[in-house]
Amino acid sequence: MKLLDFVASEAILVDLEAAGKEEAIREIVASLCQAGRLNVADQESVSRAILNREQLGSTGIGQGVAVPHTRHPTVDRLVATVALSRGGVEFAALDNEPVYILFLLISPPNQPGDHLRALENISRHLKDERFVSFLRQAKTRENVVELLEEYDQAAL
Amino acid sequence: MTHDPSSFSRQVEITNALGLHLRTAAKFEESARRFRADVRVLFNGCEYNGKSIMSLLTMAAEKGAILTIEAKGDDARDAVEALAELVIAKFHEIDEELGAEESAP
Repeated sequence: MKLLDFVASEAILVDLEAAGKEEAIREIVASLCQAGRLNVADQESVSRAILNREQLGSTGIGQGVAVPHTRHPTVDRLVATVALSRGGVEFAALDNEPVYILFLLISPPNQPGDHLRALENISRHLKDERFVSFLRQAKTRENVVELLEEYDQAAL
Repeated sequence: MTHDPSSFSRQVEITNALGLHLRTAAKFEESARRFRADVRVLFNGCEYNGKSIMSLLTMAAEKGAILTIEAKGDDARDAVEALAELVIAKFHEIDEELGAEESAP
């Protein structure tokens, strides 16, 4: 599985406005709707589900990264995107640091394997300091897509 | 072969439906960090750091995966037993039935 197999490039955000967790999640879900990857009718329900998941424990996994996610019947395949924050989002992360990179994932309820493989892919890349540094420096959606393409190629 | 009393390992199977996803990996890391011992997880011929959620997530261990939990240090045995119990107890999570939405009448 490659990053661009599940990351919706048209929904990538390189300058999140939100500074708080709820607003950030809503902003990213709205971007997926605008990109046509989610039904607008499900926007609230998906945002709620992701926020409810955060109640069980923050998906801010440290090093400035969060992976907010949910399983939701509105999708029949994994839908995800990336958002970057310049000022940092307060995410109650495990290391209590603000979050600058968010990978938001929505998985079909009955495909836990794909969800695990997406988490595997994201974590593998985020362990690479150069990848994280390049990603944080990306200024445009195209910059992010080029970087993901480059790392997808390297992983072959 | 000499037995090293400070090294201990145990095999355990992932039995919860969703596998080692983020929340369960976070619980594993949190438990592992309570011990002084170095904790490693062996799976599919690779070795992972039991005290790093990032490392644990790169296992993509699904239900049915057989992991070997290995610890080295003075509390290695306690660490391995506690972590194996956590996995066996399905990480103390309500095991969500897959596809429950679809099968509902």
